Amino acid sequence: MAIEEDVIVIGGGIAGSIAALSAADTGAQVRLVTHKKSTLRHASGLIDVLGYTDGESGPVHDPFTSLDGLPEEHPYSLVGESAIRGGLEIFDTVTDGAYSGAHTDQNALVTTSGGAIKPTARYPTSAAAGLVSDDRSMLIVGFRSLTDFNGELVADHLAAAGVPFEVNGAEIEVPGNYRADARVTRIANALDLNKDLSYNGRTLPAREAFAEAIKPHLGTADRVGVPALLGDDHADDVRADLERSLGVAVFEIPMGPPSYPGLRLEDLLFDALDDAGVRISDGNPAVGYETAADGDTLESITIDRRGREIPYHAEQFILATGGLVGKGINSDRNGVYEPVFNCYVPHSDDRYQWFSEDAFGEHPFATFGVPIDEHCQPLTAEGKTEFSNLRAAGGVIGGVDPTAEKSKSGVSLATGYAAGREAGEAI
Amino acid sequence: MTDAPHVLVIGGGSTGCGIARDLAMRGLEVTLVEKGNLTHGTTGRMHGLLHSGGRYAVSDQASAKECIEENRVLREIASHCVEMTGGLFVQRPEDPDEYFEEKLEGCRECGIPAEVLSPEEAREMEPYLAKDIKRAIKVPDGAIDPFRLCVANAASAQEHGARIETHAEVIDVLVEDGAVVGVEIKHDTGPGKRVHREPGSTEKIHADHVVSATGAWAGKIGDMAGVDVEVRPSKGVMTIMNTRQVDTVVNRCRPKGDADIVVPHETTCILGTTDIEVDDPDDYPEEEWEVDMMIDTLSELVPMLANARTIRSFWGVRPLYEPPGTGTTDPTNITRDFFLLDHEDRDGLSGMTSIVGGKFTTYRMMGEKISDHVCEKFDIDAECRTADEPLPGSHDFSILRDYMDEFGLRSPIGRRSVERLGSRAEEVLKTGEPNPVVCECEAVTRAEIQDAIDQSGSDLNAVRIRTRASMGNCQGAFCCHRMAHELYPTYDEPVAYEAFDELFQERWKGERHALWGEQLSQAMLKYSLHSTTMNADHDAVRTGSAIDFSKFDSGQTTAVAGTAGTETAATDGGLPPANGGDQ
Repeated sequence: MAIEEDVIVIGGGIAGSIAALSAADTGAQVRLVTHKKSTLRHASGLIDVLGYTDGESGPVHDPFTSLDGLPEEHPYSLVGESAIRGGLEIFDTVTDGAYSGAHTDQNALVTTSGGAIKPTARYPTSAAAGLVSDDRSMLIVGFRSLTDFNGELVADHLAAAGVPFEVNGAEIEVPGNYRADARVTRIANALDLNKDLSYNGRTLPAREAFAEAIKPHLGTADRVGVPALLGDDHADDVRADLERSLGVAVFEIPMGPPSYPGLRLEDLLFDALDDAGVRISDGNPAVGYETAADGDTLESITIDRRGREIPYHAEQFILATGGLVGKGINSDRNGVYEPVFNCYVPHSDDRYQWFSEDAFGEHPFATFGVPIDEHCQPLTAEGKTEFSNLRAAGGVIGGVDPTAEKSKSGVSLATGYAAGREAGEAI
Repeated sequence: MTDAPHVLVIGGGSTGCGIARDLAMRGLEVTLVEKGNLTHGTTGRMHGLLHSGGRYAVSDQASAKECIEENRVLREIASHCVEMTGGLFVQRPEDPDEYFEEKLEGCRECGIPAEVLSPEEAREMEPYLAKDIKRAIKVPDGAIDPFRLCVANAASAQEHGARIETHAEVIDVLVEDGAVVGVEIKHDTGPGKRVHREPGSTEKIHADHVVSATGAWAGKIGDMAGVDVEVRPSKGVMTIMNTRQVDTVVNRCRPKGDADIVVPHETTCILGTTDIEVDDPDDYPEEEWEVDMMIDTLSELVPMLANARTIRSFWGVRPLYEPPGTGTTDPTNITRDFFLLDHEDRDGLSGMTSIVGGKFTTYRMMGEKISDHVCEKFDIDAECRTADEPLPGSHDFSILRDYMDEFGLRSPIGRRSVERLGSRAEEVLKTGEPNPVVCECEAVTRAEIQDAIDQSGSDLNAVRIRTRASMGNCQGAFCCHRMAHELYPTYDEPVAYEAFDELFQERWKGERHALWGEQLSQAMLKYSLHSTTMNADHDAVRTGSAIDFSKFDSGQTTAVAGTAGTETAATDGGLPPANGGDQ
């Protein structure tokens, strides 16, 4: 049976999901095609819109007032403030109750797992009590066997940044008889299901055991931060139970992979896609495409289903396959390319021009991606649209380094919103 | 001990550490100074081949004989640093038959066990060899960890009373009345173990004799003493693969050439190399074509290398030397033999000896000859014991035990830890504390990291070379910060962050030579994790910038869940919330 949609979105990360929701909002029938697990498990789950610009020395306190300073080829300049707001609106609707920050245009400052403070626009509600501009005293708790995070070191580093509150750290043993190298998923699972754990010679439900372990270190702290492993499906209950036992606010500090806030966000996005009637095909890669006789209009993309090549037809297509990490952009010793449509990816022929010698320098590779116009349409080297009915969203778009700017999620939201809307309206 | 002459050894590579151990074991007072970490110069930048001597069996039989002799010694005294992989000299159809025969004959003349294998037999050993190879010679080549070996020599020297000062650069050679009487050094921090942010100092160390074991840098030390030492530094590239495409050392069996060896090393393979003379061992170009040549040429032997993932490349500088007037133009023709330069005989400057040239595999023998020479100067009659006494970690360790249970470690982590630590395993791993894994790629646990920190201070590159942490596929993406966490609270917060930054930048130096395909994707993930997730690139503490906290969102009114009446008032719009939410 032939697959025929109005809009096909390729890629299931933030950009692809928002693009699909945005297109569905216009009344279009949308299919989202994903290959591998999305890179959200690597992502902190914070939604950064714009944290740093070339012109400003410190963190940006209001992303919207800093937009004017961006170069004209920046995706934000191309799609405009309204697309950023449109993307955020969809995001806020989808994550209602699970995320905070929508009450203001200002950036919030959060503590990262590495101890550095970072500006962000939306943060999981589980992280809300940890804002650095809030002056309540803070205790940061780490677990001795969790090598990724050291609560005492993070507390010292926050103090060194001059935060407007008293902050102390503690490193405690994980309650229960876990091996020293037990994965964080086991701990999160025990808290999620409130499993019985042995603690100080007693058997206690996991949440109570953790609260007991933290209590001796509480001192005068008004809030307690822990690495983001407080449960999975029942994370709100875990946090509420801990708060009840401790009598103070509890917040999570976003971590690297596997990132629970990232995974929880992925669940929210996929629930919203289901609710919006978006069809989802997962597990198979897009490997090619067919065009109409004009060579300019895409008719179908080709999906490889275990060796069988199946065409998926649509009127409009959105490329949201991500950047280098998600393999939406690929490379070999000779060059950089976009593997599905072979869209133009500007890069130097000399691969020794792809990087800066400073590990945190201005890396050209961090800007690799397709150039777009104001309609999110990928452009050829000559500045013409690659295909009349193809748009791009998120990390596959190049030209800026959203990692350095802290604009990665925001670019995904804004371009996802704009690409989805324009694709839907073109039907 | 106080009556024993004091010998100062310059250079913490394999040769310097070997000399320090030998002299200390003979009862001399020894100080070793090294400008960087141990292995900082050439030792830390080689392919890790334990020569059978096969490579020199045609061109330089004297070296070949020394190699097979020392190969046998190191298997005994450095068992925890050696993996006897075996080696193959593989002939392709276009490679000359005469050379193959000469190689075989040469091996036999030098006492190197050598066996001819048919292509089928060779491919049975190494299935990924090219299908069209003609035949191969099997020899006892091996892989050796130069870091572990060097550190073990230094540790042994310390056990015998030597003082080892790393990050202590020689800034002057002290000459009085036509004799060298010591050196002046600049401690980066300290003296003692390197600790970031501790102030450095200078120190004049007087000695009865100075030995310069500085390899490619011998000319610079010579200049300070006022003597000419004409080293001919020659660079070579080594490219590290993400996995072991071969488990045997694979050599190309043809007259000298670039890109003719693959050495399996721990979890990786190392491809080598080039041979290009350079003017300055500290400043030479690291070139793209060299990396490409490794992959393109060696894939003639092992075709899968063409599309395999490389994780980094690095360059080393050979300390080649030839006596003045020899005039060899092609560096590949310069002898690999070593030379002992007695500056008293040679330049009329007493009190100093330089050692130049030579090879890693024969470091112990070089150490023995130098130590004999020094002892002769002081009329000391002491036997060399370095060939008989195992290095720390290589003591008898043949009893099979269940380390997984004993140290609470999962296999293969326990197995790899014990392989690295050898007879030190129990001492290091039995801490009585939880021992989580810090580096997953290389299976390095907290106990090993802490042991290395005890030895070397806050220098995480010194921890790296001792443990292999951050040397695997992810190149430290997931463990550089974990290693820094382990410094705390022994060292404070500013030290831990500075040490992290230094390690992170050091890893990048090699990674950037492997930035395409899978490894570019990996590099982007690393950059994202540290920049987006952790914001290390814009950390206000590290950039020294002040943040106006009042300009940012301080949260909206929220309640502590489930606690009726426990209101944490936080106002909207930038005003700080009332302090103290709970009753």
